[in-house]
Amino acid sequence: MNTQSKTDFTQGLRDGVPVGVGYLSVSFSYGVMAVNLGLPAWAAILISLSNLTSAGQYAGVSLISAGAPIVEIALAQLVINIRYSLMSMSLSQKADGTMTAPHRLTTSFVITDEIFALASQRPGMVSRHYMYGVGLIPLISWNLGSLLGAVAGGLMPAALRASLNVALYAMFIAIIIPPARSDRAVLFAVAAAAAGSLLTRYAPILSRLSAGFAMILCAVLAALAAAVLFPVKEAADGGV
Amino acid sequence: MAASRLLSYISVMALVTYLIRMLPITLIRGRIENPLFRSFLYYIPYAVLAAMIVPDMLFATRSIWSGGAALAAGLLMALRGHKLPAVAAAACAAVFAAELLLGIGS
Repeated sequence: MNTQSKTDFTQGLRDGVPVGVGYLSVSFSYGVMAVNLGLPAWAAILISLSNLTSAGQYAGVSLISAGAPIVEIALAQLVINIRYSLMSMSLSQKADGTMTAPHRLTTSFVITDEIFALASQRPGMVSRHYMYGVGLIPLISWNLGSLLGAVAGGLMPAALRASLNVALYAMFIAIIIPPARSDRAVLFAVAAAAAGSLLTRYAPILSRLSAGFAMILCAVLAALAAAVLFPVKEAADGGV
Repeated sequence: MAASRLLSYISVMALVTYLIRMLPITLIRGRIENPLFRSFLYYIPYAVLAAMIVPDMLFATRSIWSGGAALAAGLLMALRGHKLPAVAAAACAAVFAAELLLGIGS
């Protein structure tokens, strides 16, 4: 590695530390939840190793424990994680010459909400060295937290475990509130999806939809309505 | 559940998730022009996360009141401009405090 590559890598490592800290609590509660739902610890950990997604994994283990059909799980992952494809598209415009095809195949594995936010806030282009650096600590802490939660979660006092259950949702709040505050269209999409979610949970007939499908339906309709009512004029450079 | 069934669930999850992330950055070099599709892709992350928070966050703890306290605390912290670790810590602390007040044993 030359000097610039080293600088990029260490800068990435540094940027990834707070995300890693946040991931530790969220993945711990994921591990606890997966085992509570009846999954063996090895499966909970294997899911973290092979997926690295918060919401997708939570929804996935809920659907698995409910014995959902595989098609429904695939569809739920598709809709919950489709946001990563947007981030991936955006990064494709921001990737510099060091991001050759093989490195795109590997670094794309660490595209999460938080890592994308860090990469897209970088001035100028993003090198593969930065991507490896920024992904490393969150990746390790996501799997470490899952392991601890799945294996040792039962040893924790119930009051502490119950508290950690909201960490995932708090992480989502931290992601959606800043743009919802500054952009009315995002606020509309968020409010519409939340209202739809309540409706499909409690309204007659609608509440018969399975949870995964209801979530998909609400999110797609809310985003579609926002897209029709508030078409995005121009995405900022590298960001979306 | 049989290990083979679990493994097929896990492989499907991993494959779908990886393809979603890998394909666009690997294949797309040009710009996506369709404005409706661009807009839809812009809003979908926020819509998905909102639909996951409401109402599930209220039922993630042992009482709807402690879940509600976490939602309120998280929103308040995020609205005041705090970042992920502080928002998460506040929500977890709100659950802990609310359940202590409600007398839910540990």
